[in-house]
Amino acid sequence: MAVEKMQRISLTNLERNFQEVEPGLTTQEAIEESNRCLYCYDAPCIKACPTGIDIPTFINKIASGNLLGSAKTIMSSNPVGASCARVCPTEELCEGACVLNHSTKPIMIGNLQRYATDWAIHNDKTLFEPSESNGRTVAVIGGGPAGLSAARELARFGYAVTIFEAAEKAGGLNTYGIVSFRLPQRISFWEVQQVEKLNVTIKTNTVVGKDLSVKDLLEGFDTVVLAAGMGQVPSLGIDGEDLDGVYDAIEFVKSTKDGGITQDFVGKKVVVIGAGNTAIDGATCSVRLGAENVKILYRRTAEEMTAYDFEYEFAKQDGVEFRWLTAPKQIIGDENGKVTGIQCIKMKLGEQEEDGRRRPVHVEGSEHVIPVDAVIKAIGQTRHFSLIEQLGLDHDGGVVRVDSKTLQTSNPKIFACGDVIFGKGKGEAMVVTAAQQGKDVAYAIHKQFSAVETVN
Amino acid sequence: MADLSINLAGIKSPNPFWLASAPPTNSGYQVQRAFEAGWGGAVWKTLGDPILNVTSRFAAINFNGQRVAGFNNIELITDRPLDVNLKEIYETKKKFPNHAIIASLMVEPQQDKWHEIVKRVEDVGVDGLELNFGCPHGMAERGMGSASGQVPALVEKQTYWVKEVAKTPVIVKLTPNITDITATAEAACKGGADAISMINTINSLMGVDLDSWNTIPHVAGKGAHGGYCGPAVKPIALNMVAECARSPHINVPISGIGGISNWQDAVEFMLMGATGVQVCTAAMHHGFRIVEDMIEGLCNYLDSKGIAAVTDIIGKSVPKYSDWGDLDLNYNIVARINTDVCINCNKCHIACEDTSHQCIDMLTDASGKSYLKVREEDCVGCNLCSIVCPVDGAIDMVEVPNELPPMTWNERQASLNAAVQCKIDVSK
Repeated sequence: MAVEKMQRISLTNLERNFQEVEPGLTTQEAIEESNRCLYCYDAPCIKACPTGIDIPTFINKIASGNLLGSAKTIMSSNPVGASCARVCPTEELCEGACVLNHSTKPIMIGNLQRYATDWAIHNDKTLFEPSESNGRTVAVIGGGPAGLSAARELARFGYAVTIFEAAEKAGGLNTYGIVSFRLPQRISFWEVQQVEKLNVTIKTNTVVGKDLSVKDLLEGFDTVVLAAGMGQVPSLGIDGEDLDGVYDAIEFVKSTKDGGITQDFVGKKVVVIGAGNTAIDGATCSVRLGAENVKILYRRTAEEMTAYDFEYEFAKQDGVEFRWLTAPKQIIGDENGKVTGIQCIKMKLGEQEEDGRRRPVHVEGSEHVIPVDAVIKAIGQTRHFSLIEQLGLDHDGGVVRVDSKTLQTSNPKIFACGDVIFGKGKGEAMVVTAAQQGKDVAYAIHKQFSAVETVN
Repeated sequence: MADLSINLAGIKSPNPFWLASAPPTNSGYQVQRAFEAGWGGAVWKTLGDPILNVTSRFAAINFNGQRVAGFNNIELITDRPLDVNLKEIYETKKKFPNHAIIASLMVEPQQDKWHEIVKRVEDVGVDGLELNFGCPHGMAERGMGSASGQVPALVEKQTYWVKEVAKTPVIVKLTPNITDITATAEAACKGGADAISMINTINSLMGVDLDSWNTIPHVAGKGAHGGYCGPAVKPIALNMVAECARSPHINVPISGIGGISNWQDAVEFMLMGATGVQVCTAAMHHGFRIVEDMIEGLCNYLDSKGIAAVTDIIGKSVPKYSDWGDLDLNYNIVARINTDVCINCNKCHIACEDTSHQCIDMLTDASGKSYLKVREEDCVGCNLCSIVCPVDGAIDMVEVPNELPPMTWNERQASLNAAVQCKIDVSK
C-alpha cells in the first residue's frame, strides 16, 4: 500500500494523475454492502441528506438488482445525484447519520449512490420523461447545480425552461470547479443531458447583462431564477498580484478540467494562499501537474481552516506542506515579470471575531521570503455585484436577499438559489445544498402559479 | 411499461404481488395500508371459529450475520370475531375495488360448516376463497389445516363441499408436510378447485437455548413445533410449484408462496408456472414498502427484455424441468480458475480435495507465486469449487465439447433393453 501511495503521482504521465482517485465499487462489493443496509424505516440518513434522497430504498433496489429504479430514486430527489455521490461530505451527512455508527460501521452510502448512478450513466439510461407544457416560461441564470436542479423540477411540472450559462458548457462547479480526480467532467455532462432531455434549453456562452440584456430577460419570461453562483477569487490586495505565475485557484482548477494538461508545473515550487476546499484543490492539482514542492499558506491555524478533514488528509497524503499562521505580504518577480518568490509574515491569533474565530495579527519583524515559481490564490470568491445591481435586487454585500420560505428576491418575479444567496457563516456551501435550493425554488414558483390558477 | 396485471382463475389484480394469509393481513387497517403501498391483492388471515393464541409466537434463524434467513410461527388463525373481519373486508373492498381480496378459510371437516362460512364470506364481496389445508401447528391437532391437507381424500371432499356453494373462485392452499405434493394437488383438482396455492409452512423447531435448554420460541418453558417460512424455504417451494406445474394431471393456475422476498424471486416462481405470488415473511421483516421495488423491478425487468405483459412469462421454464432420467449424460462442464481474479484463499482446493474429486492442484509458478489449477481430465463438473469461491468471476464452469451425441439415462436403458431383447452383445 505504501508503495502505491508513493507512486500515485506520475511525473511522466500527468493525465493519469487526473484520473478518478477512488475506484467505484465492484458489483460484488455493492451487493455485499447493500445487503448490509438495515433498510431502516423513517431513516435518519434521509433526514441528513439535504435533498432527502430515500437512501434505504435506493440501496434496497441495488440489493434486488433493480439498478434503473435505484438510479431513479436517487436522481428524482437530487438532479445532480451522480456528482453528489462523489463530492458530498458523506461522513458529515448521510453516513454520519447511519444508525450503524452505533453498532458496527456506517453503510458506504456515497459509494453505493455512485454505483447506481454509474450504472445509469454506463447504460445510457434516460430516467425521466418530459411533461406536457403548462404554457409558462422560466429563465434560469446559471447552469450549475442550483440552476440545473431548478430547471429539472420546473420542466417536470411542465414549464418551458431556458438556462443562460456564461461558460462554454453547463454544469457550473461540477463541470469546472471540482477537480477531475474527484469528479470527472463526463459525470456532470450526463447530469446536464438528463435535464436537456426534459426539453430544457441551455444557452451556453451567454452572459446575462452582456449577451442578453436584463430588460429582454425580464420581459421575455414569466419568471426568472437567479442561480449564477459566485465569481472569481478576489484580489489579495498586495503587490505583485499581476505577475506572470499568479493564478486564481478557480481558473486554475478549470484549466486542468477544460483542455490539455499543462507541463508547465513539472518540477516547480508552488504556494497556495488560503485553506478552504478550493485551496486544497489548487494544491493537489499542482502536485498532480508535477510540482516539486507545494505549500499551503494560511494566516490562521489548522483549527480554523474550512477545508473538510478528508480533504486535509488527502492533501497531506499528496505531500502538500502546510504553513500555518503565515500571511503573504508581497509577491516578488524578476525582470521578466515572472514570479520568483513570495514575502510572508508570521501571524498570531488575537481577539475573537464576530464569526467566533480569533483574529490573526502580524508578528512584527517576522518577514521572510519563500522562493516560488507560482502563487495560487484561494481566499474565497467574489460576488456578482454587477449582475445583481443590473437586476436591481436587494443584497447584503453581494449576497442576494431572499424570503427564507419562498426564496423570492426583492423583485417578486425573480427567485434566487445556490451560492448567490449563500452568506458568510451560514454553514457549508455544498453542491447538495444548492441542488435542494433549486428544487425549493421550483416548488415555490409552481405553488405561486398553481395558487393563481386556483384563484382564477 | 409492461402490463403487470394478472387474472388467477378469474381473480383479477393490478399486479402479481399478494400478501399471503398471515399476520400482515389480520385487519382492515393493515390490508388497506398494504393496498396503499401498492400490493395487488391480499389473502385475509384465515377466518374460522375464533381461537386463543399463546404469547411468544415467532422465531427466526440468522445465518452468518444476516437476519431472518428463515422464520417460524406458532400463531393460529384469526383470533378476531368473524363479524368484525367480515365488516372490515366489506369496507376494504369498497375502498379498493380493483384490488383482490381473498378470504382464507378453515373450519372443521364438515359439509355444513364449510357451506355456512362460504356463504357468509361471499356475502361481503370477496373476490375469491382460499382453503387453508396447510397450517401445520395447533389447528392440525384439532383435525384442521395440514391434518386435512395431508389426506388427499379429505382435500378432495372438502374442496367439493366448498364448490357446492361457492360463487367465487376457490384456491386450495397445500401443505408441504407431505411426501408428494402432486397427490394432494390432484385431489384438490378432483374436488373442483379453480386454483392451488403453495406452500404453507413447514414443520420446524427453530432452536434450543444453550443456557436454559428451552426451545426457541418457548411458552412458559415449553415449546411446540411451528411453521417454517422465509428465504430458506424458497427452493422447497419452487420445486413444489414446478412439480405441480409440469404434472399433466394438474391443470389449474398456481399461486406461488414460499420465501419470495423480491421481484427476482417472483420472476422465478412465475417462470416455473405460478400465475401470481404471495408474500409474508419479507413484509414482516421490512414492512409493506418493499412492494414498490417489487413492482418497479419487475416492470424494468420485463421492459428490458421487451416483454409486454407479465403473464407472458408464466410457465416459460416449466418445459426445462424434468426427471433425472431425462438429463443428457454426455453433457460435460469443467471448472476453470481465472488466476488473475483468484485471491488464493484455496477454498476450492480443500473443498475438492476433501469432499469431491481431488482435481484442483496448488502450484507455484517460476517466480514463486502460488496459483491454483484444475486438472480438467479429472474434473466431474460438480460446481462445488465455484460454489465455495468467494470472488465473482474467479471460477468459470465451462462446457467442453463432447463428440458423443446427447443421450439420457432413459434412452440408454431403453437401447440396452432393446439390445438384450435382440440378443446382441453390446460389449463387442
